Amino acid sequence: MRWLLLKDVQILRRSPLLVALLVVYPVAISLLIGVALSRGPDRPKVAFVNDVAPGTGIISVGGREIDATRYAERLFETVDPIPVDTRAEALALVRSGEALGALIVPEDVARKLQGALSLSGAPERPTVEVVYNVEGPLKGEFVESLIDSRLAEANQALSASVTEVAAGYLRILLDGGGFSLLGQEFEVLGLRRTQAIVDTALRGLPPGDPDRAALERVRRFAGLAIDNLDLTDAVLTSVSAPVRVKRTVLEGGGTSLDAFAVAVSVAVSLMFVCVLLAAGMLALEREEHAFGRLVRGLVSRTTLVVEKALLAAACAFAVGLAMLLVVGTFVALDWGRFPLWMAALAGGALAFAALGVAVGGLAREVRAASLLAVLLTLPMAFLALVPSGAVAQGLYSVISVVSALFPFKPTLQALDAALNDSDPGLLQPLAHLAALTVGFGAIARVALRRFG
Amino acid sequence: MSTAASAPPAAPGLGAAGVTQRFGARTALRDVSFAAAPGELVAVIGPNGAGKTTLLSILAGIQRPSAGTVHPPAGDVGWVPQQPAIYRKLSVAENLRLFARLERVADPGAAVRRALALTGLADRAGDELGRLSTGNQQRVNIAVGLLADPPVLLLDEPSSSLDPRQREVLWEFVGRLAEGGTTVVFSTHNVGEAERYADRVLVLADGELLFGGTPSELEQEIGPAAGAVRDFEAAFVAFLHARGH
Repeated sequence: MRWLLLKDVQILRRSPLLVALLVVYPVAISLLIGVALSRGPDRPKVAFVNDVAPGTGIISVGGREIDATRYAERLFETVDPIPVDTRAEALALVRSGEALGALIVPEDVARKLQGALSLSGAPERPTVEVVYNVEGPLKGEFVESLIDSRLAEANQALSASVTEVAAGYLRILLDGGGFSLLGQEFEVLGLRRTQAIVDTALRGLPPGDPDRAALERVRRFAGLAIDNLDLTDAVLTSVSAPVRVKRTVLEGGGTSLDAFAVAVSVAVSLMFVCVLLAAGMLALEREEHAFGRLVRGLVSRTTLVVEKALLAAACAFAVGLAMLLVVGTFVALDWGRFPLWMAALAGGALAFAALGVAVGGLAREVRAASLLAVLLTLPMAFLALVPSGAVAQGLYSVISVVSALFPFKPTLQALDAALNDSDPGLLQPLAHLAALTVGFGAIARVALRRFG
Repeated sequence: MSTAASAPPAAPGLGAAGVTQRFGARTALRDVSFAAAPGELVAVIGPNGAGKTTLLSILAGIQRPSAGTVHPPAGDVGWVPQQPAIYRKLSVAENLRLFARLERVADPGAAVRRALALTGLADRAGDELGRLSTGNQQRVNIAVGLLADPPVLLLDEPSSSLDPRQREVLWEFVGRLAEGGTTVVFSTHNVGEAERYADRVLVLADGELLFGGTPSELEQEIGPAAGAVRDFEAAFVAFLHARGH
C-alpha cells in the first residue's frame, strides 16, 4: 500500500494546479459560508429628513415634558443615517442606491403626538414616511422587516415613558404628594391619607351620630380605590410590555455564532477535499487503465479502496487542521480541547473519504466522479444546516433521515462538540461517522467489482 | 481442427482447459482449451465480440472463469493490456520502479535498468510518460509486463494504436522475447500480423474456439475453396463464413 500512496503523492505533486484548486476552492467556499454565518449585514445607509423645528419636538404628558426626537434615535441604532434637508434629496439618494431607504419625519409629528396623548380635540396619530426601493423580494422583505422592528422599538420606548408618567400620577393620587402643572405647585392629599383621616374622624364620633353613615361611605370608597389603584403599576407595565420572554434551551446551546461558523467552514473544507480527492484518485486508476493491472495480484481491491480513502483523509485532515490553527488565532477557541479537535477531524475525514471512494467507484470516470461529488455534497451540506422548525415537520423528518445517511451532519456535530463542548457530545457523532465509514467503504468495495 | 482441444502442457508454458465465461445469460467463452509451449508466439484472432479480450483477461488472472482451469497461475504471467496501463504523470523510470515494487521483484533497481535497456528508453527514463509518443508509451507498457521476468507474456491488441514503423519495432521486440524462451500470446484484429509473426493462431468466434494451428494450416482448413482465396486474411474470412460466422 505504501508504494501506491507514494505514487499518488507523486502524481499530486506533479499536478500543482489541481491540488491548488482542490485546496483553495473548498477553503474559499467554507470561509465565505463562515463569514456569512457569523456576520450580520452591515448597517444599511438610510437618508433622514427631520422637518421638526429645533425645540419643538417636546411633548407634555401630564405636566412632564418628553423630548420625542430622542425616540427617533432608536431608529438609527441599526442603520447609518444620512441627514438631508429635503424630501427630494432623500428620494434622490434612494433612487441612486446610495441609501437603502429614506425616513421622513414631518414637522407636525410632535403636535399630533401631543394631541394623541392628551386626547384633546380629534386626536390624529402622527405619521412618519418611509421610502425605499424594492429591487427584489429579498431586499423588500429585509427593508420592511428592518423598519417595522425599529419603529416597534421606538413606539414601545415612547409608550414606556408615557406609562411611567401616568404611573407616577397614580402613585400621587394613591399616596399623596406634590406636582407642578402650568407653573403652579399642587399638593395632593392622596387616598391613603384620606382614609386615615376618615378613620380618625369615625373613631371620634359616638355610635349613633348621623354623620357616621356618610363618613363610612367615604372610607369604603377610599379603601376600594386604594385596593384597585395598588394594582395599576403592574397593569400599566403589562400594557407597555405585555409579554415577557423566558428562554429555556432544551438541546445544543453554548455555541457562539462565530464558533459554529468555524465548525461549518472546517466541515465544508473536509467534505470537498475528501470527496473530490478520493473519488478522483480512485477513478483515475481506471482512466489510466492501471486498475486491471493492479488487481491481478499486485494489490487487492480492498487495499486499493483503503489506500485512496487514507490518502484523501490525510490530505483533508491536514487542510482542516491548518484551517483550525489559522482561524483559532482570530476566533476565541478553547485550545485545551485540541485533542478533541483532532479526533473530530479524523472521524469526519475518514467518513468523507469513504463517501469519496464510493462515489469514485460508482462513477468510474474522473469527470463523472467530480461532478457526482459536487452534486452530492452541496445539497448534503445545505440540508444538514436546515434547523428544525424552519420547515414543515414531515419535511424536516425526511431531511433528518437524509442528513443522517451522509457524513456532513455528524461531522458538523463532532466538530461543534470538539470546539464548543456542545450537545450531543463527541462520542455519538464519532460512532455515527464510524458506521458511515464502514458503510460507504463497503459500497466502494462492491462498486469495484464492475470497475475494470 | 488440430489442437483446439488439446490438454494443457506441463509447466513452463501456458494452457487453458475447458474455460467458460458467462455474464448473466450471455456466454462470452465456451469450453476453450489450448496449450502454448515455451518460446511459442500464439495469436488469438476473431471478429469483434469473439471473446479475445475475455480469454486474455482470464489467462492474466483479471477475471475468474465460470468454469475451467488455467495454467500457470496469474503470478507467473506478464500482462500487457491494450491501453497503456501506466501513469502519465510519472516518469518512465518511476512507472517501472512502482510496478517492480508492487511485483515484489527482488532488486527493483536492476529490474528497472533491465527494462529501460530492453525498451531502448534509457535516455527518456526521467521523462513524464504523458510526453512520450504512443509507441514509446506502449513499449513502457510492455516493459512493465516483463518486469518480473515472467515465463509467459500476454498482450491484448498491442499494435492497435501504433503506426507501421512502431509496429515493426514492437514485433521485433516481441520476437526477441519469444526467442529468449518467453511464451507470448497476443490478440489482434490485424490478421496479417498474426500470419506474419505468430507460430500458431487461435480463431475465436462467439466465444467458441474454432481453430488452433499454424497460419498455413488455417489456409488448408478452407479445403477446396482455398485456391480461390488470394491471401491469409481472405482465407480467414472464408473460414469464418464456412463456420457460419
